[in-house]
Amino acid sequence: MGRYVLKRLAQAVGVLWAAYTVSFLVLDFLPGDPVTAMAGAGMDSGQVDPAQVEALRHEYGFDKPVLAQYADYLGRAVRGDFGDAVSTGRPVTATLGDALPQTLQLTVTALLLAVVLGGGLAVVATYTARRWLRQLLLSLPPLGVSVPTFWVGLLLVDAFSFRLHWFPAFGNDGPRGLVLPALTLAVPTGALVAQVLAKSLLTALDQAYVETARAKGAGRWRIHLRHALRNASLPALTVVGLLVGQLVAGSVVVETVFSRDGLGRVTAAAVTSQDIPVVQGVVVFGALIFVAANLLVDLVYPLLDPRIVVASGRRASTV
Amino acid sequence: MTDKREDGEGRHGRERGENGDDMTAPLLEIRRLSVSYRVRGETLQAVRGVDLDVWPGQVTAVVGESGSGKSTTAHAVTRLLAANGRIDAGTIRFGRHDLATLSEAELRTVRGARIGLVPQDPTVSLNPVKRIGEQVAEVLRIHGLATRRSAAVEAVAVLDRAGLPDAALTARQYPHELSGGMRQRALIAVAIAAKPQLIIADEPTSALDVTVQRVILDHLQSLTEELGTAILLVTHDLGVAADRAQRLVVMSGGEVVEAGGTRAVLTDPQHAYTRRLLAAAPSLTSVRHRTPVAAAAPVSAAPVSATPSSSAASAAFAEDVPLVEARHLVKEFRLPRSGGETRTLRAVDDVGLVLRRGRTLALVGESGSGKSTTARLVLGLARPTSGQVLFDGTDVTTAKGAQLRRLRRRAQIVYQNPYASLDPRFSIGDVISEPLRAFKVGDRASRLARVRDLLDRVALSAATLERRPAELSGGQRQRVAIARALALSPDLVVCDEPVSALDVSVQAQVLELLEELQRDTGVAYLFISHDLAVVRRIAHQVAVMRAGRVVETGPPEDLFATPRHAYTRELLAAIPGGRLTGAAASRR
Repeated sequence: MGRYVLKRLAQAVGVLWAAYTVSFLVLDFLPGDPVTAMAGAGMDSGQVDPAQVEALRHEYGFDKPVLAQYADYLGRAVRGDFGDAVSTGRPVTATLGDALPQTLQLTVTALLLAVVLGGGLAVVATYTARRWLRQLLLSLPPLGVSVPTFWVGLLLVDAFSFRLHWFPAFGNDGPRGLVLPALTLAVPTGALVAQVLAKSLLTALDQAYVETARAKGAGRWRIHLRHALRNASLPALTVVGLLVGQLVAGSVVVETVFSRDGLGRVTAAAVTSQDIPVVQGVVVFGALIFVAANLLVDLVYPLLDPRIVVASGRRASTV
Repeated sequence: MTDKREDGEGRHGRERGENGDDMTAPLLEIRRLSVSYRVRGETLQAVRGVDLDVWPGQVTAVVGESGSGKSTTAHAVTRLLAANGRIDAGTIRFGRHDLATLSEAELRTVRGARIGLVPQDPTVSLNPVKRIGEQVAEVLRIHGLATRRSAAVEAVAVLDRAGLPDAALTARQYPHELSGGMRQRALIAVAIAAKPQLIIADEPTSALDVTVQRVILDHLQSLTEELGTAILLVTHDLGVAADRAQRLVVMSGGEVVEAGGTRAVLTDPQHAYTRRLLAAAPSLTSVRHRTPVAAAAPVSAAPVSATPSSSAASAAFAEDVPLVEARHLVKEFRLPRSGGETRTLRAVDDVGLVLRRGRTLALVGESGSGKSTTARLVLGLARPTSGQVLFDGTDVTTAKGAQLRRLRRRAQIVYQNPYASLDPRFSIGDVISEPLRAFKVGDRASRLARVRDLLDRVALSAATLERRPAELSGGQRQRVAIARALALSPDLVVCDEPVSALDVSVQAQVLELLEELQRDTGVAYLFISHDLAVVRRIAHQVAVMRAGRVVETGPPEDLFATPRHAYTRELLAAIPGGRLTGAAASRR
């Protein structure tokens, strides 16, 4: 077990390094010059002082060869220093640190909503004996996956803020302000959870051990929740791990639509202004969250399925 | 091949009591039961007007081939039918209830508490993520027979009664940690936990080895005798039914064709179908078809094959060189590491075999005895850890590339499951001609001619050529698999349990076909089977394997008459059907 975790941690470091390197290369090849953009901020273009640009270039190390820049930045990144944001001059880590709590609130709430609503939908859809209701419920997940997030957000704002005045349409103030953005973010993610869970529930209900449970005299709820659900939750759990990445990405859209402060807004701003240090920080940070979430999922697996033994550095299924 | 074969004669069979018994009243009384399944908008009648009685404390066996409706009848009793199944008519009287019309909620108080079920396949019938003890305790909890704490204690006691050696340990284990036999005991524990009056056992041992089967059935029988529980035993194995049941119900095409006391039905079968079933049942005393083959056994006397094969021509002067010779074969597998030490499993342990041209060597043994691994080593599908395989005098142990490909051409295989071994998207013509195409034999026209010839040999019509595997029955598919194996006129065909997935009457036909093809083509078979009755019928030489070792070899006549090794005796004793052969003798 200990060895397994160590090996997975080493892999995680590898993933982070790869994420950093790829983002570095991509940003380096992008057309445009961040320093020009920065120096020209607030002024009409064409009126930039070349000497000033040169000074800034030197300050950020853009005048060195690419490889030297890479080594330089990587060395500092390892120590947790991603440099200063070009647009504000504040350290990147501080910028991200300030934005993090807002986004964490949003994504964690969205994830909980997605699991509860998506899971509930799957359980009810597969439990009901009414064919039309099942068909109706099972047609919702594909719909939820296919509609664009920003559009869902706008619909929700229109209905619940402008017409009903239940929740604020934008801003970061309190739990009430969290409802609509979290719901918006939860729609596509919850739809995926529902889709996968409903499918694996139907498969599980077809298994021979379900017949054994029926022969014991178990009621339908008992069979559904105690026998089928636990077996069916494994594929859904894998999906949840992958969805964490989607949630971070989705927060960019949702925070923009709802004008919320957070990582998503920071990312959107950094990308538009070509604030390379911030973008790199976001990429590495996103990779970190993703890797951590999936490691967690892999560690939870053996708790749910005793057949999975975590041994000698790899997960072996003994069936 | 198992469609309706009922004819007007004796539609409901006759009821005859054993020893003129006068039991008070049946425990279970099924009258005119009809069940249908809806499959893609069509209604399929699975059970038509079945009458069936189960008396208290007795074992009633329902026998029949696949598709006869026996399993559907058993499942209909507690209405555990698939979602598309429906009881159309009839009554199922159990005590004062009619189970056919009982509400779902009331039915749940009967299921598990008054009628237990022992399912068919123990490997998939336990919930993989729950501990065994929990799964047994659940029955008691559902029916309010125990509290959470007392249920756990009771579960251990029930597991102990079901014959699990260390019940306290088993209760804490998960299904995947138990063998098939132990899982079936756990399921028996589930069935008997609430002390039901009736246990429905649906092919309870057909997924298990023959020795395990005997122990399980013995145990089930003694348990029920102790508690006075009745058993409705569903089985395709007439031998099992004959040994265990007081009453026999024979089903075919969804109807009961004959019913009565076991002895009466076996010694004096009234219905043509029952007689056919009895005749097809392989048993230890029947050597009908084998004898002529044995007479034609010496290699030099083997008839020259109709399709000239290189082996037949060279056979005359290569008489002394066996076709296959294995020397000191060892195969070890590395097991997943546990606790830091590397363990290996010796699947094949110093095995030596000799197979001559035109002969059949049978490998028998239980699952895990290494018989399939041995066959894989002979075919070059796996590399031995040590030892040698000689094919036609040449060492092929380390053959690869072109040499291995030449070996493949001369050695083919027929698999156990004809439902899985044929590509569902290929037409039958494609399936059979694939080896020819793979080895670029002949042109299109000559290949087609060869396929037609092969179809003719395995007694399938030329119209089969265009059909797909799904349109054929199990027996027909296995014929296709045999035709494919013979396409390249190989010297050796490995038959890996070729008939164990087939109904008994189909089994007999396929075995006959294999014998006939051997006479005609001089092919040698390496025949893997757990079924000694089948082996006795087809083999010239038998090797009994256990735990990777060959414990005894010899011609079947000697081996079966005077087994030397204790394990061979155990295997022989475990074969069901003792009463069947007794009955057959008195029938003559």
